[in-house]
Amino acid sequence: MRKKNIGRRILRDFVFNKYNYLLLAPALIYYIVFHYVPMYGAQIAFRDYYVTKGILGSDWAGLKYFEQFFTSYYFERLITNTVLLSGLNILWGFPAPILLALLLNEVRSQLFKKSVQTITYLPHFISLVVACGIIIDFTKQNGLINDIIAFFGGERILFLQSPEWFRPVYIISGIWQEIGWGSIIYLSAIAGISQELYEAAKIDGASRWKETLHITIPGIMETIIILLILRVGKLMSLGYEKVLLLYNETTYKTADIISTYVYRRGIQNAEYSFASAVDLFNSVINMALLLIVNAISKRVQGSSLF
Amino acid sequence: MIKRTKGEKAFNVFNLIFLSLLSLCALYPMYYVLMASFSESGKLMSQSGLLLYPAGFSLQGYKVISDNANIWTGYGNTLFIVVIGTLISLAVTSMAAYPLSRKSFTLRNFFMLMITFTMMFSGGLIPRFLVVKDAGLYDSIWSLILPVAVNTTNLIIMRTAFAAVPDSLEESAKIDGANDLVTYARIVLPLTKATLAVLALYYGVSYWNSWFTASIYLRSRDKFPLQLILREILIANDNVNTDNELMAESIKYAAIIVSTVPILCAYPFLQRYFVKGVMIGAVKG
Repeated sequence: MRKKNIGRRILRDFVFNKYNYLLLAPALIYYIVFHYVPMYGAQIAFRDYYVTKGILGSDWAGLKYFEQFFTSYYFERLITNTVLLSGLNILWGFPAPILLALLLNEVRSQLFKKSVQTITYLPHFISLVVACGIIIDFTKQNGLINDIIAFFGGERILFLQSPEWFRPVYIISGIWQEIGWGSIIYLSAIAGISQELYEAAKIDGASRWKETLHITIPGIMETIIILLILRVGKLMSLGYEKVLLLYNETTYKTADIISTYVYRRGIQNAEYSFASAVDLFNSVINMALLLIVNAISKRVQGSSLF
Repeated sequence: MIKRTKGEKAFNVFNLIFLSLLSLCALYPMYYVLMASFSESGKLMSQSGLLLYPAGFSLQGYKVISDNANIWTGYGNTLFIVVIGTLISLAVTSMAAYPLSRKSFTLRNFFMLMITFTMMFSGGLIPRFLVVKDAGLYDSIWSLILPVAVNTTNLIIMRTAFAAVPDSLEESAKIDGANDLVTYARIVLPLTKATLAVLALYYGVSYWNSWFTASIYLRSRDKFPLQLILREILIANDNVNTDNELMAESIKYAAIIVSTVPILCAYPFLQRYFVKGVMIGAVKG
């Protein structure tokens, strides 16, 4: 009796919402085919995948590939490189746009402020391939940056052939690409601070430094915290595209991260099961990190991010 | 009027200088590339330091580029991907965002959870690659569109915009006999044009910039998008045929200019929408 009721209710809901389902259908197919089927397919990490046998036909391999990864020489290096590159990128790259927004806020001339903003957005609009082409060109041995170093009497440095320089180049060029763009959101947060607060501070004789310290920064603190939490949540899912474009065999020691390793072993060497195991390991850590970060965010601001 | 201390004056000067230098760092690379693209390769290579005007004058780079069929087929492919891809993405995203924003849609929370879960966990690069292959998209230009047709963040932005349309408008449409399809197309969509424009830009730019998917899914050179061709020209750490270094040098800068100038020309007009998009994206749904 109850079963029949539920069945009928579902049917009635389906009829009632038929156009809604129709509108949702293409996206639903997309999510199933390109997200959920791959999730199901991730089981090849536990199998000896052969193309001819297919995913379900390949033999189970248990945790063989995970063990192979955990005991491999690369395990420690890849984790270290991923965490360091991503972590240092947050450490230096995250405060930069905040600083720019605070400095722009001190500029009196609107024309100057607008010009600086428009110009610093520019690198964000250059495609990644072209931006990396420019980075490679400027940092090569007879490139502009080395010309400047030589001009001041320094030694020319092979930036992208030296493992110790990969992280600085990656991070500094990242700041160059994103500092202007990233400052937009902080500038709008600053614009949202009540003017009365500043007027009250002026009456109390506060200097501009004090105003910045006691009004502007606390005023944008919430924005800063939300964005920082989001950034930290993505620590392990550092994009491979820029690394792939900038690294080479001489810099693997510091530049090779989990996602680029997965790409080389999986796509280039066609070691599908092994690469999937590495990727799955990374996905699980990534998800755990996101859940932790989400819990922290709930505590801090009483709202969850997802 | 307002008294300023010596310290504040010094800070102002420092601030203006610092911001000017920062702007220079953002602007100069593009200027350098422009000047280098008109330079003679030989003179350019022996030249050292800042380039304020072309080293020698030559249109050789542009000539080689204009004779290079790859660049132009790449351009054509990219235009196809950007236009068709953006249209498909916008249609699928906005269609899905509508039911997900309706309170009357019973299973909306279930579907929303299903969709946002993909932001947290993914099957990974390899299973995805195998699915695309099994779907028969390998070496097809559709492999650059269909597997990335919906961006979940964009979907959430669209849904938030739809949810902000007053319920009373839809209710009155319902009373007049409009079904959900009509409400979506005639009432909700026209009211959210600004958000649609922002999403069109976001999708358009991501299709324009994409090269990685193309590098793993495509084999035939005549299907390569522009960015993949540029990667061959600009980033020589792969087994690219650098037969003539001088030639490569002159081609490089002209290729950057030819591929970037359209974007930079549109940039002042589009900037407004981008900035608006950052704001919309910041208000999470």
